[in-house]
Amino acid sequence: MADTDKHKKEPHQTDHSRRNFLKNSGMVAGGVVGGSLLGGLFMRERDEKHKTKPSGTKHETSFQEARIFFTREEDFKALEAATERIYPKDKNGPGAIELGVPFFIDKQLAGDWGINARDYRKGPFKAYDYNDPAQVKSDDAAEPHPRGGQGQGKESTDSIMRDQSLLNRREIFIEGVRTLNDASQKQHKTTYDQLEKDQQIDILKTFENGEVEMKSVPSQAFFSLLRQATIEGAYADPLYGGNKDMEGWKMKEFPGAYPSYLGKIDKDEFFKPQPVALKDSQQH
Amino acid sequence: MAKKLKKVDAVILGSGWAGGIIGAELAKKGYKVVALERGGSQKVEDFVGGKDELRFSQRYALMQDLSKETMTSRSTEDEEALPVRNNKDALIGTDTGGSGVHWNGVNFRYRPYDFEIRSQTVERYGEVKIPKGMTLQDWGITYDELEPYYDKYEKMAGISGEVNPVGPKRSEDYPNPPSIDTPSIRLFKDASKKLGYHPYQIPTANVTEQYTNPDGETINACVYCAFCETYGCHFGAKADPIVTVLATAKKTGNYELRNHAYVTRVLYDGSKATGLLYTDTQTGMAYEQPADVVILAGFTFPNTRLLLLSKIGRPYNPKTGEGVIGKNFTGHFSNINYLGARGFFDDKKFNNFAGAGALGATFDDFAADDFDHKDLNFLHGFEVQHQTTGFRPIEYNFVPKGTPTWGEEFKDKSLFYTNRNLYVNALTGTLPWTHNYMDLDPTYTDFNGDPLLRITNRYTDQDRNLIRYAIDICKKIMTEMGADSVEADEVPDDVEFNNSYTTGHFAGGVIMGDDPQTSAVNSYQQMWDVDNLFVAGASSFPHFGNYNPTETVGALAYRTAEGIDTFLKNGGQLVKTKTASL
Ligand SMILES: Cc1cc2nc3c(=O)[nH]c(=O)nc-3n(C[C@H](O)[C@H](O)[C@H](O)COP(=O)(O)OP(=O)(O)OC[C@H]3O[C@@H](n4cnc5c(N)ncnc54)[C@H](O)[C@@H]3O)c2cc1C
Ligand code: SF4
Repeated sequence: MADTDKHKKEPHQTDHSRRNFLKNSGMVAGGVVGGSLLGGLFMRERDEKHKTKPSGTKHETSFQEARIFFTREEDFKALEAATERIYPKDKNGPGAIELGVPFFIDKQLAGDWGINARDYRKGPFKAYDYNDPAQVKSDDAAEPHPRGGQGQGKESTDSIMRDQSLLNRREIFIEGVRTLNDASQKQHKTTYDQLEKDQQIDILKTFENGEVEMKSVPSQAFFSLLRQATIEGAYADPLYGGNKDMEGWKMKEFPGAYPSYLGKIDKDEFFKPQPVALKDSQQH
Repeated sequence: MAKKLKKVDAVILGSGWAGGIIGAELAKKGYKVVALERGGSQKVEDFVGGKDELRFSQRYALMQDLSKETMTSRSTEDEEALPVRNNKDALIGTDTGGSGVHWNGVNFRYRPYDFEIRSQTVERYGEVKIPKGMTLQDWGITYDELEPYYDKYEKMAGISGEVNPVGPKRSEDYPNPPSIDTPSIRLFKDASKKLGYHPYQIPTANVTEQYTNPDGETINACVYCAFCETYGCHFGAKADPIVTVLATAKKTGNYELRNHAYVTRVLYDGSKATGLLYTDTQTGMAYEQPADVVILAGFTFPNTRLLLLSKIGRPYNPKTGEGVIGKNFTGHFSNINYLGARGFFDDKKFNNFAGAGALGATFDDFAADDFDHKDLNFLHGFEVQHQTTGFRPIEYNFVPKGTPTWGEEFKDKSLFYTNRNLYVNALTGTLPWTHNYMDLDPTYTDFNGDPLLRITNRYTDQDRNLIRYAIDICKKIMTEMGADSVEADEVPDDVEFNNSYTTGHFAGGVIMGDDPQTSAVNSYQQMWDVDNLFVAGASSFPHFGNYNPTETVGALAYRTAEGIDTFLKNGGQLVKTKTASL
């Protein structure tokens, strides 16, 4: 409740913290950085623009909401349904579909990430045999990292398999969503997106547990890739097509590219400003 | 045929902290220096408007391009090493400034014990305390000898901190005041004090007040923006090579930095290094850059690999224990050194999204050998810390154990606990073993067709026992901090190396010491076998202390620059060998 009140006062507080920031950082004293740098330090005058738009209204037409990578609609529909199960709409707010996550993933796959452009891609690659139990052993790969940043990197058989596979992320995703539909057809004689919520969840669990036969990689490797991409789409800057209207950040109470926490970080009070997107933090 | 360029006084591989410090010091003295950097150019303006988690923390925009080169990795000698294919397992710097650009900025001095680890261990506990296969050795330098260089480094980087109440002696205070106290840091400090420990603010390169260093470079004040670790600083407030030593070097007019210059060999005529061979990755042309002194400062992995590729020094043989290049690989690994306890708070909320790379508090009551190991089943120690780097939303989704990792319950709890969980962790030291080493891979090659570096690294009970002891302390602190539930990280008996290189803390391969039989370089990081070849960086560390490495890398680099100056005037070995002086 108190959070909402704080919201209203925000424009004023921002001005105040700007001055503070300039003072404390020494930038007013004409430090080493020039004008262009200074300009980038603050979001553009955005408050007016954003204030008038009540949250929860329907989005304007977004011309970015078309497929650039997935060719078959049935594949994309399976992807949509699966991401929504991973990050569902609930009392906290929108789910993956409303946040634009499937389009985010589509765009990511179309780009260099989809073809593992920055990865080491020289052979020999590891051959993968679904019939070898050692290669498909289930594990806890999808668990979040024990610590972010430097402490990240919880390795496990499935992501090692994924990394050592000859296939790139595009190919793994295509096989993955098609296998979702196949499994659904086999069990329920319909496509994955048409299933009841619980049926969708059950099928995803079999992927997570490595129980589904996939040719390219163990099914849990596809699952953890899908899970990771879904979380990314929910919380990456909206410039990538997900986290629509910063709704992901709002649920997470994350201020985005907020310029400075001086004057806030040492206080006991929880700080909940309007989040700032890169569109407003970069200068154009 | 490579094109031969005009000879200079010194050629340096790398523009990170190690290469940057040496470059600046030599250029200041009037020597002509050329630095070769494989990555592109980079300046503060590149980081403006870059608070983009996907780009920098998930797609690793500032990290080494693995499509050109990586390393292979395995636990034991009987395994086939596999290449590290994705940056999620390889946070390694590239581009101007190297890892010094996207580092956190945590700065510690190593303990006096670290430098004399073998003699002091033997003296205190007897030879029997050192397990068979542990290749512990003294560094050939003492803390007191290195202290003036630590001081110089701290002043250059504007390190901001308060004196460690149980730390080794210092000639002067830190040049800037410590970072800000936050509610969770206060909780940590209060709890630690209550349990009898001596917490203090982590010494940081996230500079706390606008500061002009002795070279005349200005570093701005940190605003705790929380896009720090894996990011370049938007504000010019994090001490990095770009805003400090590289700017100093450039001002002299004696320092030329060449980007996109991928060094492929040290040119070596059998007695001295004559220069560096490199490929311009924008044109594909090969060049020879001759110099009187050659300095490798490319980080642990390239330093070791280039010596092996150039057939300089004696390669280490794990079967016989003979040779040195590649020996004593150590580091901080995400699943054995960087662990602790997480607390979930049901009715307390923290501003977890705010922070700075090195913001936090720590205590050193268990550092190195500062507690009695007589009855303990491990050597060395750890620091305990509570760091608030800033929880970015993709990366940080902690939920209590037993919560599913996706779906309704996961979403709800991860949202609820995002600002209601804190972590206290330890960072433990890693000691060297005969079986942990680096050599050239027999199968995989880089973009030039040269073999990749191969790393073989197996954990031991030493590692497991030490971290378990440390996690226990973290758990006590977190409980005292009042968390509603505390979850300690687990270290199973069969935990093995995860082939993941995310900490940036890796060492060895070209280790220092006072004996050419067991070390590759002397305490000036000068090669015993090749007088005019200096190899700088954590590749010199004979073991990994419990602290982050860079302040020690920086201090050693200052000493090396001094040594190179002497060498350029007088020539010869700067240190008399132990065997020679006997
Ligand atoms: C995310 C992260 C956070 C970190 N945080 C901390 C911290 O808080 N505290 C701390 O003490 N340490 C930290 N570290 C470690 C710290 O960054 C390193 O110890 C330090 O930067 C190493 O400096 P260096 O000069 O030895 O190597 P680097 O910075 O790696 O510089 C080497 C340079 O050489 C270049 N190079 C390599 N090979 C070639 C070649 N063949 N040809 C041409 N150029 C080449 C590279 O591109 C690079 O620019 C962190 C590391 C990471 C990755
Ligand atoms: S936290 Fe401070 S030092 Fe780090 S990037 Fe932000 S302003 Fe720079």
